[in-house]
Amino acid sequence: MNTTIMLFLLQDGITNGAIYALLGLALVLVFAVTRVILIPQGEFVTYGALTYASLASGQMPGTAKLALAMGITACAFDLFVARKTLHGRLILRSVLANVVLPAIVLALTISLAAQKPPVAVCIALSLVIVAMIGLYLYRIAFQPLAHTSVLVLLIASVGVHLALQGLGLLFFGAEGQRGPAVLSGAFTAGALRFTGQSLTVYGITIAFIVGLWLFFGLTLYGKALRATAVNRLGARLAGIRTTLSGQIAFLLASIIGALSGIMIVPITTLYYDSGFLIGLKGFVAAIIGGLVSYPLTAVAALFVGIVEAFSSFYASNYKEVIVFMLLIPVLLLRSLAAPAVEEEKD
Amino acid sequence: MQSRLPILVFAGVMAAIPFIPGMPPFWIVLLDNIGLAALVAMGLVLLTGVGGLTSFGQAAFVGFGAYTTALLTTAYGLSPWLTLPLSLLVSGLLAVLLGLVTVRLSGHYLPLGTLAWGLGLFYLFSKLEFLGRNDGISAIPPLSIGSFKMLSPGSIYFAIWVAVILSALLTMNLLDSRTGRAIRALRRGHVAAEAFGVHTPRAKLLVFIHAAVLAGLSGWLYAHLQRAVNPTPFGAQAGIEYLFIAVVGGAGYVWGGVLGAAIVVILKEVLQSYLPLILPGSGQVETIVFGIMLVALLQLAPGGVWPWLVSFLPERAGGKKPDTSLKLEQRSRASGEAGVLLQVEKARKQFGGVVAVNNVSFDVQAREIVALIGPNGAGKSTTFNLITGVLSATSGSISVLGRKVDRAPPQEIVKLGISRTFQHVKLVPDMTVLENVAIGAHLRGHSGPLASMLRLDRADEAKLLAEAARQIERVGLAEQMHQLAGSLSLGQQRIVEIARALCVDPMLLLLDEPAAGLRHMEKQQLAKLLRELRDGGMSVLLVEHDMGFVMNLADRIVVLDFGTKIAEGTPATIKTNPEVIKAYLGVAA
Repeated sequence: MNTTIMLFLLQDGITNGAIYALLGLALVLVFAVTRVILIPQGEFVTYGALTYASLASGQMPGTAKLALAMGITACAFDLFVARKTLHGRLILRSVLANVVLPAIVLALTISLAAQKPPVAVCIALSLVIVAMIGLYLYRIAFQPLAHTSVLVLLIASVGVHLALQGLGLLFFGAEGQRGPAVLSGAFTAGALRFTGQSLTVYGITIAFIVGLWLFFGLTLYGKALRATAVNRLGARLAGIRTTLSGQIAFLLASIIGALSGIMIVPITTLYYDSGFLIGLKGFVAAIIGGLVSYPLTAVAALFVGIVEAFSSFYASNYKEVIVFMLLIPVLLLRSLAAPAVEEEKD
Repeated sequence: MQSRLPILVFAGVMAAIPFIPGMPPFWIVLLDNIGLAALVAMGLVLLTGVGGLTSFGQAAFVGFGAYTTALLTTAYGLSPWLTLPLSLLVSGLLAVLLGLVTVRLSGHYLPLGTLAWGLGLFYLFSKLEFLGRNDGISAIPPLSIGSFKMLSPGSIYFAIWVAVILSALLTMNLLDSRTGRAIRALRRGHVAAEAFGVHTPRAKLLVFIHAAVLAGLSGWLYAHLQRAVNPTPFGAQAGIEYLFIAVVGGAGYVWGGVLGAAIVVILKEVLQSYLPLILPGSGQVETIVFGIMLVALLQLAPGGVWPWLVSFLPERAGGKKPDTSLKLEQRSRASGEAGVLLQVEKARKQFGGVVAVNNVSFDVQAREIVALIGPNGAGKSTTFNLITGVLSATSGSISVLGRKVDRAPPQEIVKLGISRTFQHVKLVPDMTVLENVAIGAHLRGHSGPLASMLRLDRADEAKLLAEAARQIERVGLAEQMHQLAGSLSLGQQRIVEIARALCVDPMLLLLDEPAAGLRHMEKQQLAKLLRELRDGGMSVLLVEHDMGFVMNLADRIVVLDFGTKIAEGTPATIKTNPEVIKAYLGVAA
């Protein structure tokens, strides 16, 4: 092995690792706030990527229709739950947020899709569509289960993953797609060539990590989310609406997922079911970070990306085995370092 | 003990099904698949529903069972009957290996850890040359008895369902035993179970192995049903599917696993065969509908379908009262249980910068009731945790009968004859009072898991339950013996904890706020009981806030304030001690 190959692998690993870091952050966020282990995170990635790629090639993505359908269902859930205490403002708010908004986005998508909109418009539309799906998803699938155990939430999460993946096949077909680069151009530094795309990946990842840090550290909503994560009941007693915290968490997770998808689809071909494995690697990073620490998750994600890059060079057959088996020693170290703490809850 | 009749009826019905004339062979295939899934789900019921350890990796154990027999029967020509124990052994050994690493993980690390090795092993199956990579191994010989070869799904049907019903019986036997109670206590945290001598990591490992062996058995049967194996059915997806079979059926119930398998397998089959007729032309509609139905089912019945069904049955009459004439041998006593039982010397506990217990010294003599009092946050419960080995002291020493026990774990402390109750009640709410109390006698029984499964533990078990029943009667809760512990009032639950502690046959009883939540009459009864225990030769160390109760009962009182001992003496001297009055009431103006 020479230095060039090593540097090249390192660069490749860091690019992938940055994506895993973003996904890992989203998983940590959702788990901390809602106790949901978000297996459909991978679907947010593919939905974002393939919606973007479809729009860029002038096709109408089915996800826009899904957002409207889910919005109508979410609205129905809202109205059904509040059926005893319905009043005009509540109905109006729910209809506006859950029906009118996705309807407008759908209309926009239909009118724009045919004329191959510029990259920036495609990105904006894809993000909005997937963000809405994430928001409504929480309302429909997880909010009614918010009081149940982590295990039940997890199984529901699997159900959602299956349904969304099936829908992905329906919308985008079994063919893989690639999208146009977000930022074209490249420059070389020594032996290394930096594409605009990979620089975008680094930039956005860093921006998100800083952004999340600021959001949680400085804003009231961020603090409310942290409070919900530590103690649901206590947060409710302090007047924090835990459903709102859940919605914010899902909104952020879906945006992060979609953005990751949009950033990798110009580099690799994505299929409707690619998201699962990508999400799982974000997961590995999140576990190494203990599902609580954001900086540790980010570092772990870079590590996972680099290990993956090197093992695909040396033992490409065993790439996945190595990445997932990597967890065992990490978990062992963790359990030795931190003896099990008594859990008072059920 | 539960009645065996429903199980016999079920076995009879299952045996009769293939002989129904005109039974479509396709249904038999479906039943075969249900049986295979039920075996794995049953293991998960024990592991996840009862033991609280969520595993995504069960499909990998099915894979090990299947590949072991596939390889040995094809490449080495071994008989399938010979590979059965080997398949189970391989799954079991792997469970020991992975279990040693994973069961130590707490909370959500554990399911994620299992997901990780589940995935890793799946990729290993599909990459290893001698396992045939992605193509797997084919031409596996069928099961045969003499010249009768089980080639058709209809003939292996019996092998599968005999395995299911036997496994269900063995699993239920295991749950209804000394080991079973230890397993059932795991989900509620380990402190209470360990205080009565349960070795929780060992109990976790045990259920892990049990679940893996059941999965291996399913894999062995699968290999001989399909007569070919490839990696696909042993992947992460399958591991997740087994878990939701268990959750849908009702994760705490052995038959919930079987029911869940039936629901999921039939639902998938129906969706796959009928949905394309309704919605033609579309790709994976059944997956979409399946996913949505799963979420809907969980929203309607979050506890699973089995408990929901059982709630429609008329309530069963309470269990049989154990024969209290059976005597359990006493805990072996060390010599010298007459002088100083417990000596605490300059015990100190720091949590970071906070000194919770500050160089506290006191002792407890034989046949004495000592009360530890003090305002909230005085360090009383921490002192209890230091004595019982839940926490280890930062400095100072604690000795029992003159022997230092500073670093001893809770399981060792209880062997010395010190048992305790908890300030926050730690009972298993979905176990009966009798079963909860019997955990206290854990160390006085001897039967292991294998004996329990095969029902060889009945003599030992009867003695344990008899002892538990005696202690329940002693504390005056005979009426509630067969009720679920969670249904009792908080005051009664505290009394149940005392009965559980008495089952240890202790020389020193540690009670943490035993009178909280009791009515006046109940407090008087409790005081009477504690005096009787003292007169019978036992010592009591109690933390209590009810001053009337303490002053009338205790022989000696130790007062703590902010972690420091401020006074010690008889109730009369404590009442007039100016330091104590200052700590409780502040300085008089």
